[in-house]
Amino acid sequence: MPLQSLDIRRRSATTVQPPSVREPPVTEGVAKLIDVTKCIGCKACQTACMEWNDLRDEVGTNVGVYDNPRDLSEHSWTLMRFTEYENPDGNLEWLIRKDGCMHCNDPGCLKACPAPGAIVQYTNGIVDFHEENCIGCGYCVTGCPFNIPRISKRDHRAYKCTLCSDRVAVGQEPACVKTCPTGAIVFGTKEDMKQHAAERIEDLKERGFQNAGLYDPPGVGGTHVMYVLHHADKPSLYHGLPDDPHISPLVRLWKGVTKPLALGVMALAALSGFFHYTRVGPNEVSEEEERDAQDEARRAKERSDET
Amino acid sequence: MKPEENLAHANLIVRYSANERTNHWITAITFVLLALSGLALFHPSMFWLTSIFGGGQWTRILHPFVGVVMFVSFLILVLRFWHHNVLDSSDMQWLKQIDDVLAKREDKLPEIGRYNAGQKLLLFVMVACMILLLLSGIVIWRRYFSFYFPITLIRLAAVIHAATAFVLIVGIIVHIYAALWVKGSVRAMTRGTVTLGWARKHHPRWFRESIK
Repeated sequence: MPLQSLDIRRRSATTVQPPSVREPPVTEGVAKLIDVTKCIGCKACQTACMEWNDLRDEVGTNVGVYDNPRDLSEHSWTLMRFTEYENPDGNLEWLIRKDGCMHCNDPGCLKACPAPGAIVQYTNGIVDFHEENCIGCGYCVTGCPFNIPRISKRDHRAYKCTLCSDRVAVGQEPACVKTCPTGAIVFGTKEDMKQHAAERIEDLKERGFQNAGLYDPPGVGGTHVMYVLHHADKPSLYHGLPDDPHISPLVRLWKGVTKPLALGVMALAALSGFFHYTRVGPNEVSEEEERDAQDEARRAKERSDET
Repeated sequence: MKPEENLAHANLIVRYSANERTNHWITAITFVLLALSGLALFHPSMFWLTSIFGGGQWTRILHPFVGVVMFVSFLILVLRFWHHNVLDSSDMQWLKQIDDVLAKREDKLPEIGRYNAGQKLLLFVMVACMILLLLSGIVIWRRYFSFYFPITLIRLAAVIHAATAFVLIVGIIVHIYAALWVKGSVRAMTRGTVTLGWARKHHPRWFRESIK
C-alpha cells in the first residue's frame, strides 16, 4: 500500500476484513482536542480549513448572529457555533463550539453507507469519505448521530471534515490545529490528548467550573475529535451537542442482522418453490379434464340456445 | 364468425384484455428493475447489480423515478381488479386447506371464482406494500424531499422501506412460482386466454359464469 500510515480498519458496504496484518496503533489512534474554554471565536480554523481544502462557500447574508455561514455545507466542513447561555447565577456565558465531524470510533455514517469504499475508517481512527465511490443516496446523513455530512447539489456526493487525513498521513497536524491562535485546538495521539485534557479540566475546576470535563461520548465508542467543556454535564448547552450520542436503534435495525436475514428468507422462498416443484410436480390439466370442460361448455351453450 | 365464437371454437376463454396485460407487464418490468436496484443498495453482496443501471449514482437516480411509474401502474391495475378480489367465507375455507392446495387435491377445495384466496390476499398485501413503499420512499428521496422531514422520520422510513420491499419481493416470488407451477397460467398474461380445462379445474365458478 502506498500510504501505510493510512491503513484501513473499516470500509463501508464491505463484508470481509480489509488488509490488516500491520498491528493497529497502541495509542488509540489520533485525536483532535478542542478546548472550548480557550476558544475566542475568531474563525481562523474555518479559514484554514477553506484554504487547505480549497473550499469556497457562498457569501451568505447576515441573519443577526455570529454563526457564519449559518450551517455546515459541502463547502464548509467546520463551523463556529455561538450560544448565549444565561447561567443560574444570572450571568451571561458565551459558549463557542467548533462544529464538524467527530470521527466516531463506531461511525453511523459508515454503518449506513451502501456504496463499497465510499466511507472508510483508517487504523488511526480518522473517518474519511472517498467521494469517487459515493452514490449520493444520503444514507450517511441518516446514520450520523451528529448531523454532519452534507450532499453537494452540484456533484451529488457527500462531504465533511477529513481531519486533514492527507496532512496527517505525512506527519502534519490538521490545518485548523496549525492555525488556532489561542491553542484551543491541539492534535496528537488520543492518549496524549486525554492526558492534556485532564490537566485542562483540573485547571478549570480550580477556577470554579465544577462540571468541567471531557466530551468523548462512549455511545459511539468514543470520538477522535474531543471537546473540553466547562459544562460537561450539559453538552446540549453548546448549540445542541448531543448529550448521549449513539447510532439510532432504527439505523441498527435497518443495517444490522436484518439484512442477511432478509436476503436468506428471499433465497429460501425461491428454493422452497424449486423443491416444491421437484417433489409435487406441476399442476397440470389432463386431456380428460380438458374434454370434460369442453363438453360442459357445449352443454351450457346448447341450453342457452334453447331459451 | 365473431371473435368470441372463434375462441369458443378453439376451446379458449378470455381472461385478460390487451390493456390489462400491458398494464400488468409495465408493473412487472418496473418491479424487476426496482427489485434489482433496491437489492443493490440493500446488501453489499448485491452491490454489483448497480452495474446493470450504469453504476451507483445512476442506480440511486433511477430507482425512485421507476418507483413512481410502478406505483401509478399498479394503482391502475388495482382499480381494474380489486372488485374481483373481495375475500368471502369460502376463501377462509381455502386458506384453511392450504395443504390440499399445495398437494394438488383441488377437488377437495371449495369452488373457486375468478381468483382464489391466495391471489386475493396477495393483491391486498401488495396494496399495503405499495402505499408504504411510496410514502417511505418519498421521505428517503434525498434529492428532492428528505430535507422536509425530521431525521427520526427519515430513519423510520428507511426501515419501513426495506422491510416492506422484503415482504413485496417474497410475495412476488410466491406469485411467480404459482404462475409457473399451475401450468397454463402464464398464457393468460402473455396471450390473454386460458383453456376451458384450465378454467374449470382451477376456477370452476368463474368457468361456469364464463360459458353462460
